[in-house]
Amino acid sequence: MIPLLDVRNLIVDFGHTRAVDDVSCTLNAGEVLGLVGESGCGKSTMALALMQLLVGARVSGTAELDGDDLLALDERQMRRLRGPRIAMVFQDPGTALHPMIRVGDQVTEAIRAHERLSRAAAHDRALDLFRKVGISAPEQRLRAYPHELSGGMCQRVVIASAIACRPKLLLADEPTTALDVTVQAQILELLRTVSRESGTAMVLITHDLGVVAGHADWVAVMYAGRIVERGATDTLFGAPAHPYTRGLLSSVPALDVGWEDDLPTIPGNLGSTAQVEGCRFAPRCPHATEVCRAVPPLRPIGEDHVVACWKAGKI
Amino acid sequence: MTVLVEVIGLSRHYRLGGGRLLRALDGVDLAVDTGETVGLVGESGSGKSTLGRTLVGLQAPTHGVVRFAGADALGAKGAALRTLRRQRQIVFQDPSGALNPRMTLHATLIEHLTVQGFTRQQALARIPEVLTQVELPLEYARRYLHEMSGGQRQRAVIARAISTDPDFLVADEPVSALDVSTRAQIINLLRNLQRARGLSMLFISHDLSVVAHTCRRVAVMYLGRIVEIAARELLFARPLHPYTHALLSAVPVPDPVRERTRQRIMLPGEPPDPTVKPTGCRFHPRCARATELCRVKDPTLAAHLPGHQAACHHPG
Repeated sequence: MIPLLDVRNLIVDFGHTRAVDDVSCTLNAGEVLGLVGESGCGKSTMALALMQLLVGARVSGTAELDGDDLLALDERQMRRLRGPRIAMVFQDPGTALHPMIRVGDQVTEAIRAHERLSRAAAHDRALDLFRKVGISAPEQRLRAYPHELSGGMCQRVVIASAIACRPKLLLADEPTTALDVTVQAQILELLRTVSRESGTAMVLITHDLGVVAGHADWVAVMYAGRIVERGATDTLFGAPAHPYTRGLLSSVPALDVGWEDDLPTIPGNLGSTAQVEGCRFAPRCPHATEVCRAVPPLRPIGEDHVVACWKAGKI
Repeated sequence: MTVLVEVIGLSRHYRLGGGRLLRALDGVDLAVDTGETVGLVGESGSGKSTLGRTLVGLQAPTHGVVRFAGADALGAKGAALRTLRRQRQIVFQDPSGALNPRMTLHATLIEHLTVQGFTRQQALARIPEVLTQVELPLEYARRYLHEMSGGQRQRAVIARAISTDPDFLVADEPVSALDVSTRAQIINLLRNLQRARGLSMLFISHDLSVVAHTCRRVAVMYLGRIVEIAARELLFARPLHPYTHALLSAVPVPDPVRERTRQRIMLPGEPPDPTVKPTGCRFHPRCARATELCRVKDPTLAAHLPGHQAACHHPG
């Protein structure tokens, strides 16, 4: 099976920092990849690179989407692909929408930018989309301004706009971080349904391991610009191999156990490790030794499971 | 156990244009004992921050009583008010917004302490102690906001709050802006400070798992009212209010097997508009258990089990 998205050796260099450092990954149609990491690890930068929305960065490598290398396209060609092939949902729906344009007009504008449709036909399509993303009273809501809608409703509008031209790949960058927990559950369910029904592949970028556990088929954990572990969701959560993945998982407070004990923590912080030679996690890693001065390659450690750690399997 | 902070019938209403009234707090009763940590959970707009700010005197209520150590806190003036300010402190969500970017941590602490009535000498003497307590190296006193990471900034804000040796601390979403690994460090720090100093604390968070790790008693807010309050063991194991049920079931768990099997209660409708007060129970328009009684009669917070109060006509 040829993957829908095939990213190879993606490097994003801002001059002073290398935000994404030699990342490769693939994704099949209809599947969801959870991209997990803390702020500054490069997960959003990677998505913006695929959308060609980065300014002032040197991007190298290839990213084939359905046979087209996204990184090699010029702006005119890229514009044609954004929408029908690749689309993005941003973290904060408040700033992703234009505050002074009715939300219905924003969605129809997106549709008419890519398809030769009359105003009326685009309006009907927007109405359908609003129903599909679970917006109640869609006729009235089309005429609303963003400030008249709740955060969850605005995110539904953003999603409607992103899926308006039936993209093959949806990049969702922290789509529920700005939302309340009950609304988060609704929006994640919606994204999953959209992906299942239309075969849209999705990259779900989040810092929340709980979100990934419930909604991704595959998980990639990023640290300081590199993917340090990747696997099928059940495998990765069941048998995390990289010390960073283990640290992340154990430092999430559980709802029902271990109340009396201190939470395990990962010492130090990302900032102090970005310019390290070799394994970038080594300065914070309890298992680091001499060998960690060389960059560990991603190597298989089980079925559908790769890890970039010299010590994995021995600790 | 003696009660340190107590509010009775607390309301805070805001008049909006067009004769609309926003009820941020609408009849809140709550008592926090000396040395106790109470968690306050609820979604945005439920009134948690307004309650926290009212408890430390940053905001005046429209109606109701606030008592601190048995004395009326709302009418305090002069020296009594200055003492109260030292005794009640707050930690905000976003440390970057809570610190002045043009002042070093040293200057921030000196300013805070002198404003609170300490002499410059006393303030200088306190700095090493508070930095040690928040586990920041002493040389960080010379740093500016931009020279610290997110976790270090929150430690700086906590240092400022505990520098006056308060009895009561409101922590308003203290870890929401932090990364997972940093979050665990700050949670541990707050827990240990609370224990070591016998602090009373109101810990506000939208994240139930964070509250589970920091608080022995947990209160759930919905539309300006506390709808359930109990010891965490009781609340998480056997919630009584249907809204608490829904909140608990929506928390994502980092375990794919449990995520697939657990029952999720999806609340119908949208988060409520705080300017429109439903008749009867404020939760009834989204509640699966709602009956005619719920549409008519507003339930009061009552003990349904020992130490477990809920404002619901059909608890369980």
